[in-house]
Amino acid sequence: MYKIAYSEIYNLFDRIKDVITLFLPAKNDGAVSFSKYESGTRYEADALNTVRSAKDFFFPQTQNIAEFKISGKSIEILQNTEETGKFAVFGVRACDEKSFGILDRVFLSEPSDPYYNEKREKAVIITAACNYPEETCFCTAFGIDPSEPRGDVSTWVSEDFLYWKANTEKGEELTNKIADIFERCNDGEIISIKNNIKTAAEKLPFVSLNLDYWRNTGEKEIFASEKWESVYKGCLGCGTCTFVCPTCQCYDVRDFDSGKSVRKFRCWDSCMYSDFTKMAHGNPRKSQKERFRQRFMHKLKYFPENNGGIFSCVGCGRCLKSCPQSLNIIKVARSVAADD
Amino acid sequence: MRIESDIILGKVKRLVSDGKADRVFAWKKGNFCYDTEPSLFTDNYVGFTYDDFCAANLCKFMINESKKDGKTLVLIKPCDSKGLALLEKEHRINRERIYALGVPCAGKIDMDKIRENGVKGVIGIEEEKENVSCNGDENLIIKTLYGDKIIPKKSVLYDKCLSCTDKEHVGCDEVFMPELSEDTYDGKKFEGVKKIENMPSDERFSFWRSQLSKCIRCNACRNVCPVCSCVKCIFDNDNSGIASKANSDDFEENLYHIIRAFHVCGRCVDCGECSRVCPEKIPLHLLNRKYIKDIKELYGYEKEPALLTFTKSDAEPSVIYERGEKNV
Repeated sequence: MYKIAYSEIYNLFDRIKDVITLFLPAKNDGAVSFSKYESGTRYEADALNTVRSAKDFFFPQTQNIAEFKISGKSIEILQNTEETGKFAVFGVRACDEKSFGILDRVFLSEPSDPYYNEKREKAVIITAACNYPEETCFCTAFGIDPSEPRGDVSTWVSEDFLYWKANTEKGEELTNKIADIFERCNDGEIISIKNNIKTAAEKLPFVSLNLDYWRNTGEKEIFASEKWESVYKGCLGCGTCTFVCPTCQCYDVRDFDSGKSVRKFRCWDSCMYSDFTKMAHGNPRKSQKERFRQRFMHKLKYFPENNGGIFSCVGCGRCLKSCPQSLNIIKVARSVAADD
Repeated sequence: MRIESDIILGKVKRLVSDGKADRVFAWKKGNFCYDTEPSLFTDNYVGFTYDDFCAANLCKFMINESKKDGKTLVLIKPCDSKGLALLEKEHRINRERIYALGVPCAGKIDMDKIRENGVKGVIGIEEEKENVSCNGDENLIIKTLYGDKIIPKKSVLYDKCLSCTDKEHVGCDEVFMPELSEDTYDGKKFEGVKKIENMPSDERFSFWRSQLSKCIRCNACRNVCPVCSCVKCIFDNDNSGIASKANSDDFEENLYHIIRAFHVCGRCVDCGECSRVCPEKIPLHLLNRKYIKDIKELYGYEKEPALLTFTKSDAEPSVIYERGEKNV
């Protein structure tokens, strides 16, 4: 394990930037997002979550796939995907890091998705432990420990130091290139930081979130529950929850007619939208209630059924903060499971 | 005097038992003190609340509710009432099936503004009973997992509350205890617009490009807007040729917002919901408020829907062109 004085943190970023393109949470016109680090970029160390999650690096909102140029009777097919260079992301939280594993199950199972795979391979993930988890955080309900973030490199922050520990080959490779900026230290130095985080996490309001109902009740029974009738009432049918979610993975493939060519691109889809999974015969989910139900069934039932019981939620709490109407997965998970 | 949720609920119950309505659309308490959600109460009032966190505008839900048999009682704040009146004027709701109960408003609290004070782990928010701050404004005690913090209430009200010029209800069936409404206007309604108007055009262009490029096309601004009441939005219509969930390039995001702004032009009731719901904090209300200001200055209309009101003295388009050239 290594450490560096916290006051030197921008020197660290500058060093990383010289080795590899670096992204980190920074304020962008009032909203915190993962932004490319240039000298002078201010790192938002206090922001627990960026508005959009770190999934954007691997599964961007829009991904160009191909372009068809038509001239006369011939069609030229151009691959218009952009090359991704190697990059590092600093400040990924334990929840977001865990979400990559969930997305991997979708995009890297055979046949694996080349766009996603390429970006995953080129990324070095540098995580940050959460010193002050928020009331909206419930990662512990999914077995995530905010004091032990994984990734290629893990970091912890005390008042005086940033601690740095490489976990993978990729992490070692980056560490070796910048090792002279650090001093070596013992793992023992971060025990108190970890303990403080654990103590804080135990006091979080959703620490006792019980998901047994979702584990033990049959799919059809949950699907048919009368509770859905009331829980969706306040839903606007906007896509905020799905677009800020680190595990929402649905996409659509669309054509953009530029007049001279057709551009085929992939974009995020949202089960909240009226044309979600629309097919030739129409839309299988005609009402907002059905579309709303789909989101939570996917996360808490269908995905775990198909993936050895793993829920497709990491408890980052973004939907708790972002939903314009304050609906969210906690309310739904509890209300549908409630006895009354 | 404080607005008490129980007194409002008492009134609601009396109205329902008097046969004024069959069900109630209001707000329900959440997991925290601040996450109230719009909710339909049919047979009981479990969780009913009306407090400083009931910012959501309920009037648009009336489009669907008023299609049902019987009557829905809906709680309407002063800012919401303008939206409800517009929905009625545009025949989007069946007004006879709605009982609009105007409720007083002393401004609503924006959790994002509280968090901008560096507050984390909020577990409770109380109004300070003693030690009213020197300027007479109330203070909030924010209780968190990491200690308490005192913040003046006025500094964390929604922007839409700070630009709320009057707390008058329009078109409600009844207004309950309006005397409890409090003035929250900061006197700066058009300052944001003026600031942008005074920018050189390239700076203005890059301001909006930068703001609108944050857009994730969640459509929350459109879905929450009481004026955006098309049965099928053109952006949801596959046959329109411009339907888009995401965009093939970032200019389309800009286009979406500009088209939306023009479509609600002259009809926008300035309820501020578009900016409240935006997860990326794009100041969308500034687009709307720009033409509210223009309509006021060019045509003199403020409360009447400009597009439904014509007089021979209305400014000719040439006047507007002239004015536009000055700003280039």
